[in-house]
Formats: sequence, C-alpha cells, structure tokens
Amino acid sequence: MNYWPLLGIAVVIIGFVLRFNAVLVVICAGIVTGLCAWMPPLQLLSALGESFLKTRTLPVILLLPLAIIGLLERHGLKQQAQRFIAGVKGATVGRLLSIYLLAREGSAALGLTSLGGHPQMVRPLVAPMAEALAERQHPGLSQTLRDKVKAMAAATDNIGLFFGEDVFVAFGAIVLMHTFLRESGIETDPMHIALWGIPTAIAAFLIHAVRLHRLDHVLAAEQARLSKSVQRNPEPPAC
Amino acid sequence: MLTLTHLYWLVGAIMTLVAVLTLLDQAHPRRFRSGLFWLCYAAIFIVGDWLPTAVVGALVIGMALLAGLGGLAAGPYQPLSEAQQQHSLQRLGKKLFIPALAIPGFTLVLVLMMGQMPGLHWFDPKNLTLLSLGVACILAFAIACYLTRESPRQGGLEAKRLLEAIGWAFLLPHLLATLGLLFNQAGVGQIIATLSNDYLQLDSRLAAVAAYALAMAGFTVIMGNAFAAFPVITAGLGIPLLIMQYNANPAVMAAIGMFCGYCGTLLTPMAANFNIVPVALLGLKDQHAVIKAQAPTALLLLLVNIVLLDQLAF
Repeated sequence: MNYWPLLGIAVVIIGFVLRFNAVLVVICAGIVTGLCAWMPPLQLLSALGESFLKTRTLPVILLLPLAIIGLLERHGLKQQAQRFIAGVKGATVGRLLSIYLLAREGSAALGLTSLGGHPQMVRPLVAPMAEALAERQHPGLSQTLRDKVKAMAAATDNIGLFFGEDVFVAFGAIVLMHTFLRESGIETDPMHIALWGIPTAIAAFLIHAVRLHRLDHVLAAEQARLSKSVQRNPEPPAC
Repeated sequence: MLTLTHLYWLVGAIMTLVAVLTLLDQAHPRRFRSGLFWLCYAAIFIVGDWLPTAVVGALVIGMALLAGLGGLAAGPYQPLSEAQQQHSLQRLGKKLFIPALAIPGFTLVLVLMMGQMPGLHWFDPKNLTLLSLGVACILAFAIACYLTRESPRQGGLEAKRLLEAIGWAFLLPHLLATLGLLFNQAGVGQIIATLSNDYLQLDSRLAAVAAYALAMAGFTVIMGNAFAAFPVITAGLGIPLLIMQYNANPAVMAAIGMFCGYCGTLLTPMAANFNIVPVALLGLKDQHAVIKAQAPTALLLLLVNIVLLDQLAF
C-alpha cells in the first residue's frame, strides 16, 4: 500500500501550526496529496478542477445574502438591532444567546437550517445585540471582552445548527449514514438514527446554555476586577 | 424549471459585478489582482461546466495564489454621513429588519410551498432549499433597495465591501471541500482504516467505544468535516470492533458517532466556514476566537457522547 498520500495531512497540520496563510496551505496539501498518489500533473489539475466544480454550493450560501445585509448595514441595521434589544427589560447576554441557541437548534431540528447563519443573522443582528447588552450591563467594557461576546454569538450559532440538524430525518448526514451502513451490509432505519441523536442534542443544549449563563458572571467578575484596579489607581484630581 | 445551473449563473453575475466595480475603482490598492480573482471565480460559476476540468484546476491554483499572497484587499468605501444615517434610521426604524428577516422567511415559505406542490415543477426538487434561498435573496434584495431607496449598483458595492472584509477566508471553505474530495481520490481514508486496524489493540468495550468516538473527533479535526470522517472511521473501527465484536446497535453508534465528529468540527480551523469566516465577518482580532469560545462545550460534549454511546448502544 502507498502510504505517501498521508504527507498531505502532514502539510495541513504543519501549515496550520506554523500559521502560514491557510489558502496556500490547503492548495499545497492538495498538490502534495495528488503527486504522492502518483497522479500525472494534468490528471491532478483535472481532479482539482472537477472537485472544485462539484463543491460550488458552498460559496453560494455565503455570497447571496451579502448585498442585502450590506445595504441594510449602510442604513443602520446594527444600530437598530442595538436600539431594539436595549428596549427589552431584563435581557442579558446569556439570556439572549440562550434563546437564540434554543431557536437555532429547534428550527434546525425541523429542517429549517437556513433560518440562521453567520452572514445573515450573526453579523447583522445577534452579535450587535449581544454586544449592546454587554455594554449596558457593564459600561466601558474592554475590547477583549467585547470580542469574547461576539465570538460566543458565532459559537452559539454553530452549536445550535450542528446538534439540531442531525435530529431531522431528511438531513444529509442521516442519509449519508444510512447509505454507508447499507453499502456495508448493515440495515438501519433512518428514523432510528435521527431519534438516537436526541440525547446528545439535549446534552449539547444544556452544556452550552449553562456556559452562556456563566458568561454573564464571567463578564461581571472581569468588570469588577477592572473597576477595582481603577480605584486602586485613581485618576489624579483635576485642579 | 429552476436548477442549480441558474443559481450558479446568479452567483457568477454577482461576482462579475464585484470584479467590474473593483476594476473601475482607481483608488483600489489591489485593483487588478482583486478584479482578476473575481473574474476567475465568476468564470468558474458561469462557464465552469463547459471548460475542460484541467483548465478549471489551473484557475483554482491561480486564484489560491492571488488570494493567499495578499492579492485581495479592501478598497475605499463611502459610507453614509452620520446625519444621513440618522435620517434613514428615523424614517425606517424597525422596517430595516424586514429585508433581513425576509431572507429566512421567503426561504421557508418557498420550501414549504414547493414541497407541497411538486406538480408545479418550478424548482429542481433535489436542491429545493438552495434554490429557495436564491429566490428569497432576490426578493429580499428588491425590498431592501425599495426601502432604502438605493440602486442595485449600491447593492453591488455593499457586496464588494463585505467580500473585501472577509478577504481570503471566502475561498477557504470551498478549497477545503475540494481538498476533502482529493484526499478521497488519493485513498487517504483507506490508509487510515488499514493503519488503525493493524495497530490498535482494544480489549475492553469502553476502550473500543472511546477509540471510535475520539477517532471520529480527531479525524474530523484533520479533515474539517465529519461527513468525510464518518465512512473512514466507521469502516476502520466502528463496524469491525463495535458492531461485529461487541454487537453495538448500528443506529445508535452512527448517530452518536457522527455527533462526536461534530465536536471535532467545533475545534478545527479546517472547518473554515464555521470557525474562520465568522472571525472575519465579525472583525475579531484573534483568528481562533470562535474555536476558543466553542472548545469547552465541544470537549464536555465529547465526554458525554462517550458515556451515552457506552450506555445506549449495547
């Protein structure tokens, strides 16, 4: 057996660890893998082109909402989102993101995976709302903590999507598992695969919701630490 | 009937518009390289199916070099003045949410409607969701232009601004998916399966369960995609060990095994569209900020999955 194609994986790992530009790392890994599998250069180019054509749906989802979101941002969508959430009494970062997690995971479990996503929901609405709430809870929040809140908004979208969609029986992953097991001579009912996903889906919600709840406390603790250090080093009185 | 080809033409048209706007922009710091990148991408979407695949492959390498070597940069952008934006906010208020919510709203309505009426043959049923998203975005764009009183050209400029903000990260998910297919063609999966069969000696049920779960997560970290890891690890470890030797329930094993893979997806920069693109979209300083936010959830859940698999599958 030819083990050389594993070099492609090595290129990926080394490239990411050394933090080279990821696009260059991936294209190098592709070329190395092909050459190590003894593909002639022209066949390698063909394989690359064919695979790229087959996966064209990926950028579609990312690109299409951009013009709309951009126009709305130009006219103050983020400010409007922040104004809206500021009017909701009792809202905190943790509560907002927990509700979004529930909505995202629940709708994905019903097969409605396009109801969220980074370009159309997180960037224009969820992240600005979370940031505004964090700012309201703790005025003068540091940039690091702001970034932490925004990253948590993106993470919440991912977690809701991943662990919701697999519970939906017509989702691609279920079809893939069913087909693969059948080809290996094992019969399963796609419905069973979907149902056995539910315990993990619930666990994912609970774990992440607890972390979101704790985020409010983490922000509070961090803020208290900051204001204490301000008290210790008071501004010189103006005279 | 609308098919994926029509959707690709729409995407190609938007990319062509972005390319033309870039090339016309004399103050753009990477005018020609950025313009060329978007022209190549547009060509692959519009005429890709009729080009020799080797030519497409060469274009892909060219685009990767353009993007990877800093050929994509942000051009100048003229935002609305503070006063104009305040005026717009006063006038539109909550109506600004309408086009944003129209994207998922129309998508949902179209998916349900076309699913109920397959006799219409308007949409290719195999790609119903994607095509619905495409039509929903066209409708939402029209509403957005009407509400904000902006031209479609301004819409193009906005798409260009956001694409410039995302930069090379826009190409990464597509390139990684391509790499996954190349790995398959080169037989990387079979090599891993053979190696794990030959060298892993697992003599307790829990060890076998843990090995399967961790291998699913670990291989997903490498491939960036649980779908790529599932066939390899299930053929290499899941079927021979868990099912044949310990009589695991295949449905439980598959369901929880795939979720172990998803825990890996949350941990890897290789899953660029989930973990790297949002960093660019949100303008975060730390390249791995989203992964760090996800890591505790992912690791705890992986542990829970091992316990669930051990308890439920036998």
